[in-house]
Amino acid sequence: MRIALFVTCLADGLFPQVGQATVRLLERLGHEVTFPQAQTCCGQMHTNTGYLREALPLVRRYVEVFEDCEMVVVPSGSCTGSVRHQHAMVARRFGDEALARRAEAVAARTYELSELLVDVLGLEDVGAYYPHRVTYHPTCHSLRLLRVGDRPLRLLRSVAGIDLVELPDAEVCCGFGGTFAVKNAPVSTAMLADKMRSVLATGAEVCTAGDSSCLMHIGGGLSRLNAGTATVHLAEILASTQDSH
Amino acid sequence: MPYAPRGVGHLRGDQPFPVASRAALADTQLRRNLGKATRTIRAKRAAVVAELPDWEELRAAGQAIKEHTLAHLDSYLEQLESQVTAHGGTVHWARDAHEANRIVTALVRGTGAAEVVKVKSIATDEIGLNEALAAAGITAHETDLAELIVQLGHDRPSHILVPAIHRNRAEIREIFLREMPGVDPGLTDTPAALTEAARLHLRRRFLSARVGISGANFAVAETGTLCVVESEGNGRMCLTLPDTLITVMGIEKVIPSWRDLEVFLQLLPRSSTGERMNPYTSMWTGVTPGDGPQRFHLVLLDNGRTAALADPAGRPALHCIRCSACLNVCPVYERTGGHAYGSVYPGPIGAVLSPQLTGVEDNASLPYASSLCGACYDVCPVRIDIPSILVHLRSRHVEEAARARRVPTAEAVAMAAASWVMASPARYAAALRGGRTGRALRRGGRIRRLPPPLSAWTSVRDAPAPPARTFREWWRLEHGDPDARG
Amino acid sequence: MPGDEGGRAEVLARIRTALSTGASAPTRIPRGYRAGTGMATPALIELLTERLHDYGTSVRRCEAGGVAQAVREALAERGARRVVLPPGLTLDGAGPAGVEFLAGDGLSPEALDATDGVITTAALAIAETGTIVLDGGPGQGRRALSLVPDYHLCILHASQIVGIVPQALERLEPGRPCTWISGPSATSDIELDRVQGVHGPRTLEVILAGS
Repeated sequence: MRIALFVTCLADGLFPQVGQATVRLLERLGHEVTFPQAQTCCGQMHTNTGYLREALPLVRRYVEVFEDCEMVVVPSGSCTGSVRHQHAMVARRFGDEALARRAEAVAARTYELSELLVDVLGLEDVGAYYPHRVTYHPTCHSLRLLRVGDRPLRLLRSVAGIDLVELPDAEVCCGFGGTFAVKNAPVSTAMLADKMRSVLATGAEVCTAGDSSCLMHIGGGLSRLNAGTATVHLAEILASTQDSH
Repeated sequence: MPYAPRGVGHLRGDQPFPVASRAALADTQLRRNLGKATRTIRAKRAAVVAELPDWEELRAAGQAIKEHTLAHLDSYLEQLESQVTAHGGTVHWARDAHEANRIVTALVRGTGAAEVVKVKSIATDEIGLNEALAAAGITAHETDLAELIVQLGHDRPSHILVPAIHRNRAEIREIFLREMPGVDPGLTDTPAALTEAARLHLRRRFLSARVGISGANFAVAETGTLCVVESEGNGRMCLTLPDTLITVMGIEKVIPSWRDLEVFLQLLPRSSTGERMNPYTSMWTGVTPGDGPQRFHLVLLDNGRTAALADPAGRPALHCIRCSACLNVCPVYERTGGHAYGSVYPGPIGAVLSPQLTGVEDNASLPYASSLCGACYDVCPVRIDIPSILVHLRSRHVEEAARARRVPTAEAVAMAAASWVMASPARYAAALRGGRTGRALRRGGRIRRLPPPLSAWTSVRDAPAPPARTFREWWRLEHGDPDARG
Repeated sequence: MPGDEGGRAEVLARIRTALSTGASAPTRIPRGYRAGTGMATPALIELLTERLHDYGTSVRRCEAGGVAQAVREALAERGARRVVLPPGLTLDGAGPAGVEFLAGDGLSPEALDATDGVITTAALAIAETGTIVLDGGPGQGRRALSLVPDYHLCILHASQIVGIVPQALERLEPGRPCTWISGPSATSDIELDRVQGVHGPRTLEVILAGS
């Protein structure tokens, strides 16, 4: 299949390995990946901070760039959530019903990575190899907005060599919440402390998730503590093989 | 649409949430009590909800009934008034807190009583009724154990359902010893002993009370029936023994028909205390000769509710049945408690209700007191999409702040700049390349310090060092032309 | 009341203005939840009994004609001497020895407080939630009678048990003051430790007659 990649601004600028892993994985599975260079950002940060007017051009950009694509994959639960649940709302807020309908049409073809692999490609075993102890954090947008359920876990369980351990209190928010991490940093930190405690209790070498934003937050905390546990995006684990892990 | 007035009641805090929450985070007793309380109720709620095969159908019905009711609120309130009146009650309409307090004070004065017994009613806390009565020389005795603890402790409630959760048993014992007349000086601090002390103290009041004041969970328009859901029996005492009963109720609490109670009486107990049914539910219609109060007054309260009604995107906050399930799952509330929100409506529902009642700018920090995790929406028995309303109120704040200021905030400037950059692929790509200069800040592969406002990040977390190449640069190198086949 | 007219007119006007934005609302309420359980009486009896036990409420079973005897036994065990009997409640045969029955009419709250207990019938019971509903019908009396005394002995017949809440509301008559009782009163306000027995009757016992 021909799959367009919306890499997300965070991965583009700070975590390119997430985009690279997504490409490698899908190519290994025999699909063709395109990267429409005109893409920028889904506007989630603006929308969630209340700057809807400023989010509108970003919504428009996403729609224009991707509406001719058969399928779009996004290695981020929160960005997919924004596309699916917020883009049309933003367009309607400013009376652009036509844009709203176009946004809804594109959103229907936009998939978070685990949704694409499991629902569209019908896979659970993607031929990955990752011999490490790993714990999975279900990010709030994936869990509650997209309702990906156990798709990521099914994918992870099929990874050869993996030692998957359950994360205690997995469904509790890590405390990132976008600008919340800065506007309410003390509370965000308190939530981060509890999430790190859960991660460290598993003895895992790696904490994984489908969102770079949460991983940046959890990983930043673990790194500051020199805790010896790293964060790695789900795409990177699934892209990993005997030859490259 | 007028908002709830300033200077009366308890809908506004003295400090914005980020400031107020700091102190709460450091209060270890609050953290322990609240953590234990919310964890316990969460588990109980989950268990009794799992028992019902039709929970989602009940939620759907509850949401639809509330939506429908609000869309026809005027006619249902008129019907309610007509039924209550036909059954011997009197209905009063209060535009705001001041008016409600004036009405209730006049009604109490009219009986000649100098004291009243009260069943917990957040609506009466909202309007500051006790203070207004006190100013008129009337003492209002709270009779819910938690409200009694809060009142004797000269304190404020911190949770909708368990208002004294921030107090431990030793503190409660001290409060009782200090403030409860006739209390046994040998009082221990076991919950059973404390409860017995409260029981004896209040029983005297109940048996001699002439005026009772309550709120209401539901009011049925079709029949004029009011419904109060409780656990301790103080509700039954206040609703049954006095000769005069005054009920203060927000206008959004009306439901269309008797049958609709079947939905809410299943949704509420399981969502609030995590029980199949709460110990006592009382229903009454106007006045019944020979049974209970012979004078009944219903005070309908607006106090900013019509303002919320006028905003279609914010209106669903009025569907709330005050179960507090959202408080009990909220990771923010669990760590800060209710006082940090500054309003008698704290937590997730408070963050969307309080700003709508007062006007967003009077509670501008509340819509941001959330990581938008959505746990609240999952448990709300009437399916209020709290995260979406939070985002909506954030946008109202941004717009209202922009209108009010001549000079935009630094944040607004930054957001506008980011939007401008990201609206153009060329500018965006350039900005990503420019971000690489941040690599200079890295030490040992990480960035430990960033300038304000991002210092809020690095004060507790390392920041990622920008990579040597952005993704799109890598793509260009690997794949040549843009949009090329992989 | 002077000044009330203004409030009414204005609040209604505000509501109408607020609603003029014309947001849509459902015309049909989806009622896909259970209307009943299809449980037969024996199952209902068993479930109700189990739920009452969960609340710490004792249940005494007897035949339809054995109510008076069950009452005598319950009162004897309790050691109750002065018991309130609401209008419309009669017991077959001789009353329990040493027990004085008081008519509920005219008893002040203080006088009720000085009794040892009250016996009532009920309007119905809900098995799933372990709830007993009183609506002031014959044998139940005004609400104060079943509120103030510390001991409440409630006589139920098996035919009065319904399965779930919707069935109860169907059978109850709106307009009558009613009280739904699900276990003795309780509070969890002190550190979330549940303590039974606050202001309502601290002991609730049920006599369940028939099958």
